[in-house]
Amino acid sequence: MANTPDYSWPPMEKRKVIGKPYKRVDGPQKASGRAKYSSDLKPKDLLFGVYLTCPHAHARVTSIDTSAAEKTAGVKAVHVVSPAGTEIQWAGTEIAAVAATTEEIARDAVRKIKVDYEVLPHLVKDDDLSKAGARAKAAGEKVVGDPDKAFQEAEAVSEGQYGIPVVTHCCLETHGQVIQWQGDQVSVFPSVQDVTHYAGSLAPNIKVPIPNFHVKQDHIGGAFGSKFAADSWGLVGANLSQKAGGRPVKLFLDRDTDQMIAGNRPSAYAKIRIAGKKDGTVTGWQSESWATGGFTGGGTPPLPYIIDTIPNQRLHHTSVAVNAGPSRAWRAPNNQQASYLTCSALEDFAAKIGMDPMEVFQKNVAYAPTARVETYRYQLQKAAEIADWKKLWHPRGQGGSGPVKRGLGLGFSAWGGGGHQSQCRTTINPDGSVLVEIGTQDLGTGTRTIIIQVAAETLGLTMGAIKLAIGSSDLPPDSASGGSTTVGGVSSSTRKSSMNALVKLFEAAAPALGAQPEQLEAVDGHIRMKDNPSKTLTWQAACRKLGTTKISEMGENQQRNPMGLNASGVAGIQVADVSVDTETGLVKINRYVAVQDCGLIINPRLSESVCYGAIIMGIGTALFEERVMDEQTGLMLNPDMEFYKLAGIDDIGEIIVHLDIREENDKRGVIGLGEPPAIAICAAVGNAVANAIGVRVPNIPMTPDRVLAALEGRNA
Amino acid sequence: MKGRCLVSSRKDPEPPAKPKAGFSRRGFIRGVGLGSGAVGTGLLEREAVAAPAPANVVGPGPVPITLTINGKPVNVTVEPRVTLLDAMRNYLDLTGAKRVCDRGTCGACTVILAGKTVYSCSVLAIDAQGKNIETIEGLATGNNLHPVSAAFVNHDAQQCGYCTAGFVMAAKGFIDKHPNPTMEDVKHGLGGNLCRCGTYMGIRQAVVEAAKEMKGGKNG
Repeated sequence: MANTPDYSWPPMEKRKVIGKPYKRVDGPQKASGRAKYSSDLKPKDLLFGVYLTCPHAHARVTSIDTSAAEKTAGVKAVHVVSPAGTEIQWAGTEIAAVAATTEEIARDAVRKIKVDYEVLPHLVKDDDLSKAGARAKAAGEKVVGDPDKAFQEAEAVSEGQYGIPVVTHCCLETHGQVIQWQGDQVSVFPSVQDVTHYAGSLAPNIKVPIPNFHVKQDHIGGAFGSKFAADSWGLVGANLSQKAGGRPVKLFLDRDTDQMIAGNRPSAYAKIRIAGKKDGTVTGWQSESWATGGFTGGGTPPLPYIIDTIPNQRLHHTSVAVNAGPSRAWRAPNNQQASYLTCSALEDFAAKIGMDPMEVFQKNVAYAPTARVETYRYQLQKAAEIADWKKLWHPRGQGGSGPVKRGLGLGFSAWGGGGHQSQCRTTINPDGSVLVEIGTQDLGTGTRTIIIQVAAETLGLTMGAIKLAIGSSDLPPDSASGGSTTVGGVSSSTRKSSMNALVKLFEAAAPALGAQPEQLEAVDGHIRMKDNPSKTLTWQAACRKLGTTKISEMGENQQRNPMGLNASGVAGIQVADVSVDTETGLVKINRYVAVQDCGLIINPRLSESVCYGAIIMGIGTALFEERVMDEQTGLMLNPDMEFYKLAGIDDIGEIIVHLDIREENDKRGVIGLGEPPAIAICAAVGNAVANAIGVRVPNIPMTPDRVLAALEGRNA
Repeated sequence: MKGRCLVSSRKDPEPPAKPKAGFSRRGFIRGVGLGSGAVGTGLLEREAVAAPAPANVVGPGPVPITLTINGKPVNVTVEPRVTLLDAMRNYLDLTGAKRVCDRGTCGACTVILAGKTVYSCSVLAIDAQGKNIETIEGLATGNNLHPVSAAFVNHDAQQCGYCTAGFVMAAKGFIDKHPNPTMEDVKHGLGGNLCRCGTYMGIRQAVVEAAKEMKGGKNG
């Protein structure tokens, strides 16, 4: 091969498979209950693992006695995770684990483990910074321009305090794995969003070389940023398996433990002042923010969000360490928080000067990164149109004369994307069959489907002609599904490997067509001459020219050199239309409009589903979700799904997604959408509630007690 | 407080002798499971009151029971405290129903028991004897998806898919009782199931379509 093939995406009008709303290829398996998740597996001689966890927020283990558990008939292994002397920093911390022949025996045995604790003082609440004491760690002040002057000279100043609590990932499949450690070999079926690097996160801890790991995962029941590595349960499961003579062990967290320790989104609170002109132009920003990401602190919302070139700013952030489970990446880390804090303050400024927030946002997106300013302006206009803003918006507090008030609110978002490091192998066999292999994972976003679409498009075949293998460490290495980078990565590596394989097929078929390989194209199941389509071979006939030798070609997406196949950076504007019952405090979503910037869309149906999903998850966080901590006991009061409330099918109103599929966007290449549409919901809903009832409800979620408290001028 | 977590009795050092304040579903089931083979959970309480006194006392060790799953008798030996969900998943390899909330909230474990939609995490396996248990595994005929499953595929009513089997069963049970549902009916009728990926927009459409399809007598 003298020249590098042209990998670029075919032009929009020439695409036959890409851009079409194919149904997800694993849909029938999932909808018939046949899809096997790692937590469904029951290999021969399986043992059931159960954890004993710490009931205190802060304590020291003074003694632990596992003898009774070990003597229990059916118990095959007991592993102490936190031996005497261990200081525990959050409730739910793993103390010990048991593996037994049945789950019932394992649970009985866990109850026989005797642990004594020295209980230590704790801090678990973070909503009041004045109570954080030594647990608060200030990051120092950042000043831009001359904020004092800006506030002195301002025509208007607004101020408010806003808060967004810790929420959990609450993946339906809890964290865990089925694992078997026998000699120097480890077989593991995890629930993880990075199949390729799973082994690397466990290997050093058990001193088994990475190549001796066999990691396999067909399906995963949710991740959302909380399942990047083997975690302590991988290590504990491996130890149990080894102690049990190499029998496989299934160790998945119980729901309460999962809620307490296996991931959450940091909180964020802020007192924000905005200085500006009466025409809506913001001239100054001042924020004192604080947040907790668990015991190690963490969680720094980027303020002011998006409009970060406001000329005069004073920023102060404090990190609070609490005795609660550590945060993990949560579907656009720190962005929901920053969007909520910023958009709430901006809407309060609009109300202060008596302007329509749509105009105030229009004016101030000038402070967004230059490349995005026009996109936001366009999107604001589009969102206003779809949401019927001109007709339905009213000045704050004029939401109708009855007890139920209607209001509209705005939020904005920005996210990166790009394509992660990914390798793919495309094999074309002499019998015409095609195999695409890639060590990635499908989190339910439709990764399987879009890989097949790209391969089919590239090879001029139908979806059914492509066989796909993903979800194994034996396959070409891919990367974590995080940061909305999967679709960019796998589509690009698949495009390249398939194009490389096709070039080889052209070489094999060219003599029979009396052509040069570069004169050929693959269209509709044929290999034919570009200039003379009558000179053609069926796909099968062309593949027979391979004799007995298959073609097997690699393709790689390099994160730093996407070659125009994928890109980074999307903007978004969302509008919530809510009704608030001022007698009960209940907030209902009427309509929710999302105008979402995008790149090349491989499958509009799946893209739309991802947007719906992000918005529905966001509605949950805006109205219902909150990790409730009890200062007395130091415990999470709702480590379940009954009182940790997710949005249900009747809680979401009507959702309208406008994906901005346009040629100029398409030219950017593929951009992931897993996170961007999840960012602005709390902002839009919070602003809509303020618009409806005339007062700001400072803290998310907008529960009835908070709404009523705000109406009565109380703190809640 | 030694070794005890207020929010779950699963970590209790001593098994609770009787239900007490703050008992969990599992602790409760364990309590009644030891004493009787015929007392169920809240879902079946009314039926239990009317049921005759148990002929014999079983447990606490494993006992052989016969479940009728998708019309076929299945023998399994489980302790009386084992839920129908755990019997299916841990002992029978019927894994369509999922354990998610593990306490009767989310519906991922939904099956249809004697024509009634139930959370299988909240029914004891021994109590499910003598009644037909419809599970997701029994819905498809050969390679043909059941109309409800097909509608879920057609409307992309699934992402990670972990709630899907429960939703499909809940939808089937709902349509069996409400053959002509409006969209509003669907929003109320499927309120007992939760999805984390946010597939409700598709589910709404799917259930309405499936009901139409099933009325057409093509299947189900």
